[in-house]
Amino acid sequence: MLLSAEVNTSDQLSEALLAEHRPVLFRFALLQLRDNELADDAVQETLLAAWQSSANFAGKAGLRTWLIGILKHKIADHWRRSTRDIVTSDFDQIDSDESDADVDEFFMSNGHWNGGPTTWNDPEAAFKQQEFWAIYETCQNNLPPKMAKVFMLRELVGLEAEEVCRETGLSDANYWVTMHRARLRLRECLEIRWFNQSNIKKENRHA
Amino acid sequence: MRSCRDITALVSKGLDKKLSLGERLAIGLHVMMCSRCRNFQSQTRFIRRAAKGYIANLHHDPDKKTEI
Repeated sequence: MLLSAEVNTSDQLSEALLAEHRPVLFRFALLQLRDNELADDAVQETLLAAWQSSANFAGKAGLRTWLIGILKHKIADHWRRSTRDIVTSDFDQIDSDESDADVDEFFMSNGHWNGGPTTWNDPEAAFKQQEFWAIYETCQNNLPPKMAKVFMLRELVGLEAEEVCRETGLSDANYWVTMHRARLRLRECLEIRWFNQSNIKKENRHA
Repeated sequence: MRSCRDITALVSKGLDKKLSLGERLAIGLHVMMCSRCRNFQSQTRFIRRAAKGYIANLHHDPDKKTEI
């Protein structure tokens, strides 16, 4: 269907090469459009546009970056056409950064844990519970906007660290710090809102 | 010995790139003795699986056109 068109693709970008990036593009679009069909359309249009203008693309190294650039235009087009209010966070609008102090909430001045991770009992069991996913989403949304963006590009969309830096304009060093904080925060949030809660419930049941 | 703050930063880094042998050794020795960093290590891996599960849940449409 999509790219099996009549024209001969003797150019550098084959259909197969483009299709390899489809899952990542789809997740990127899905996060912003929050709708399977819209996301699928945007990716479809992106791949088609990429294929048609493959002559404009120089160098395979940045293929995914180039594709994401096209996809962002498609997503922006969608929002322009749409009469709906933009409720979804627009990745490109986010530029705020929070204070540097917050790792210190987690550690004491000598670098030892302040509180720190308790043991979680059978964490995988949480995946089967709908309530867990609501908590997960809350915790993810509670991250500061820029941190959330970096985390989602890496863990949800599946970009490589260097690609996330390119997308967000973060330096290498800032990237590592940001991901460390994001993981510390998410971990603590899940512990407080889910794992400690279910421990309490279990204890009550035994009592 | 490196602090828990440094070790967890390394653990986090190790999820996104390959660490040097020295770094991996430092983590290994530390988590042998430190249960909280050991928990951090396994819980950050758990968070990675949760993130994948979360995005997969976002598009559970019946005629799966795109696979994760």
